[in-house]
Amino acid sequence: MIRVENLDVTFGEKQQRNHVVRGVSFEVARGETLGIVGESGCGKSTVLRSLAGLEGTWTGSISFNGKPVGKNRSREELKLAQMVFQDPYGSLHPRHRIGRALAEPVRSMGQGDGWSKVAEALLQVGLPAEFVDRFPHELSGGQRQRVAIARALILSPPILLLDEPTSALDVSIQAEVLNLLADKREELGLTCVLVSHDLAVIGHMCDRILVMNDGMFVDELTRDEMRLGITHADYSRELIEASFI
Amino acid sequence: MPDHDPATVLSVRGLNVRFGRNAIAAVSDVSFDVGRERIGIVGESGSGKSTTGRAIMRLLPQKASISADRMHLNGEELLEKTEREMGRLRGKDLALIMQDPRYSLNPVLTIGRQIAESARLHLGSGKKDALIHARSMLERVRIKDPDRVLGLYPHQISGGMGQRVMIAMMLLAKPKLVIADEPTSALDVSVRKDVLDLLDELVRENDSGLILISHDIRMVSAFCERIMVMYAGRVVEVLSRMEDAQHPYTRGLIAAMPDPKHPVRRLNVLDRAQIEAEVGR
Amino acid sequence: MTDTLRDFHPAQPPGLATRILSSSARVWHKLADEPLGMIGFAILALLVLVAIFAPLIAPFDPARQMLSNALQPPSFAHFAGTDEFGRDIFSRLIYGTRITIQTVLSVSVIVGPIGLIIGVVAGFFGGRTDAILMRATDIVLSFPSLILALAFAAALGAGLGTAIIAISLTAWPPIARLARAEALVVRNADYVAAARLYGASPLRILFLYIAPMCIPSVIVRLTLNMAGIILTAASLGFLGLGAQPPLPEWGAMIASGRKFMLDYWWVAVMPGIAILLTSLAFNIAGDTLRDLLDPRHARS
Repeated sequence: MIRVENLDVTFGEKQQRNHVVRGVSFEVARGETLGIVGESGCGKSTVLRSLAGLEGTWTGSISFNGKPVGKNRSREELKLAQMVFQDPYGSLHPRHRIGRALAEPVRSMGQGDGWSKVAEALLQVGLPAEFVDRFPHELSGGQRQRVAIARALILSPPILLLDEPTSALDVSIQAEVLNLLADKREELGLTCVLVSHDLAVIGHMCDRILVMNDGMFVDELTRDEMRLGITHADYSRELIEASFI
Repeated sequence: MPDHDPATVLSVRGLNVRFGRNAIAAVSDVSFDVGRERIGIVGESGSGKSTTGRAIMRLLPQKASISADRMHLNGEELLEKTEREMGRLRGKDLALIMQDPRYSLNPVLTIGRQIAESARLHLGSGKKDALIHARSMLERVRIKDPDRVLGLYPHQISGGMGQRVMIAMMLLAKPKLVIADEPTSALDVSVRKDVLDLLDELVRENDSGLILISHDIRMVSAFCERIMVMYAGRVVEVLSRMEDAQHPYTRGLIAAMPDPKHPVRRLNVLDRAQIEAEVGR
Repeated sequence: MTDTLRDFHPAQPPGLATRILSSSARVWHKLADEPLGMIGFAILALLVLVAIFAPLIAPFDPARQMLSNALQPPSFAHFAGTDEFGRDIFSRLIYGTRITIQTVLSVSVIVGPIGLIIGVVAGFFGGRTDAILMRATDIVLSFPSLILALAFAAALGAGLGTAIIAISLTAWPPIARLARAEALVVRNADYVAAARLYGASPLRILFLYIAPMCIPSVIVRLTLNMAGIILTAASLGFLGLGAQPPLPEWGAMIASGRKFMLDYWWVAVMPGIAILLTSLAFNIAGDTLRDLLDPRHARS
């Protein structure tokens, strides 16, 4: 479903040149959930943003469904992959009511005014339909993240990109959001890429895990290996040890 | 103070904190003792865990009203102290380590100046002594190249190093009680353990009490002798091991954490109605 | 689940009236906590009322001369005395509010949108667009505004209209800079990234996502600027380049009162007080608006 070859991202020029992602390649099968784990600054979010089409400076190739996509995406290409961001406070426009936030994707795609889909989208993520009239600041963090998920799903993308979707949330709310994501993934047959620094979340959600350090993948773990604590690189062993004190 | 037990550093009885005209107290009827030990306060956001820590330090905004039957530090009543006396106590007998070192260090002063300043303030050492002191403290928190770091500004150092510097600064005066409010949640997992170990080592060395405030019950239970679980401003349970949890909230919290070693398809979520019933009982 | 779906009629955008009602109620509640701000807004409200109902309030015709009655000190007949032509200063002040408000509003209406659009476009597109627009802004900004206004007024001929144009020409750069700074922050927000992902066009993002976030601070800045606009307008009037006699412009009134300042102080002082109070009220109101609209400056 997703194929990435030799993805390379560099920010800045000359002295301030910062080689963030160093030629990574990976594939994600249809319906699979891939996890990318690493510490801050390792380049994991940049990989995800490049996949989404938010970075403009990468080289290499990215293809969805066998078709290569470029840096500037057409509407059809954009509809293939949508993203859920880390910060539920920053990912919803503070002056747009929830109903508008959910209708915007449909309107931007030129598919009508989108109001007909809003109530259903809210119900899908377990929120009451009355929320359409609320502003984001009237919602809790978990509720906002549900809205963000609903917004990402409203265009029915086959691929969902998740950038630390629960790291700003409390543990109990995190559980609710992760369950919701798991349900939607199953129900809609989504292909997911989840980026997080939290090995527990990654291990819970993902079929396969890539460990990233300094712009490169240093290890690849399956769900079973993760459960048994098997690693193939020193870095991932240290990371797992440090994560579960 | 006749009833003062020298092993007890801090003794709090019936602490209440209310913000402004809010009907609901942010902290209600919290009582605990801290000896020369490590005690953890665990809870989710809004549980009142940070507010409790700040109430002890008297670092809450003006509109907060604090009341307590008793709040003794080494047998002295903190509630009777004037603002000026509290200012002298903070940093000397009481230390607070906050979540993000980037916001707790002064951005326009070098690390060396800041630590030296704190040495001069609390230890009364001269200018030269203070700098020597600062250097030895940096060595103490295992910073490899202390002379270089002394001349750096806060934005030039990493989060982990920043937190070490904070610890060095806070523990310089050998405080009786250290309150660490989410000291590692802004740090990467690999440095988390180092910072906690360091904190532990220094607290033991100074024979002080430590209150570790965190949302991460696993980390707290690995690190602290006693765990105080807070929910909606109240202490619901005090544990010595995470596994002994009885209260439905604590159990729900533990069950809600994903654990790769025991994979489940769906995580348990808190049954809030049941917990409300339990807490209100 | 299905019940809720059936009961709920398809979501509709909330009506404009309810939206305005709910947000003004919110602002009113916050305003109640700021007594000083209330005073500022009250003075401004009073000013607007006075301007609207000037003919009903003013006891005399502002232009009627009664030389026999010239330079009378303040009394019950003439609250603020009379000037050298025997015109009632109080009535002239009342009519002067019309000119002041007209100037302030015209300048704001011209400057606000221009500054906002230039700033937001520069901040959002960045690169060369930004460089060109901002250098133009810097050039205008480098002129002392009063002198530039003087030059314009001198070139185009004195009058209220020229004064408004002249002030507008020099008042937009600070607004543009402010809007640009805001846009630079907002364009990196996650909700803008999300909008790009669901295919919102750059213009849509610019006008529906970024501009609304810059408007509050632009309004605040405009309100704070109004005091300066009043002063500049008064200065132009004082120098004889603004509203022309016999229009009761406050600055021009001071200028004419200057000659008798020592013996008949009220002629110059009364319009001075009017200018002082009005610009003070705009400043207080602007400060309060900033606290209300911009959470970053809110006092805790």
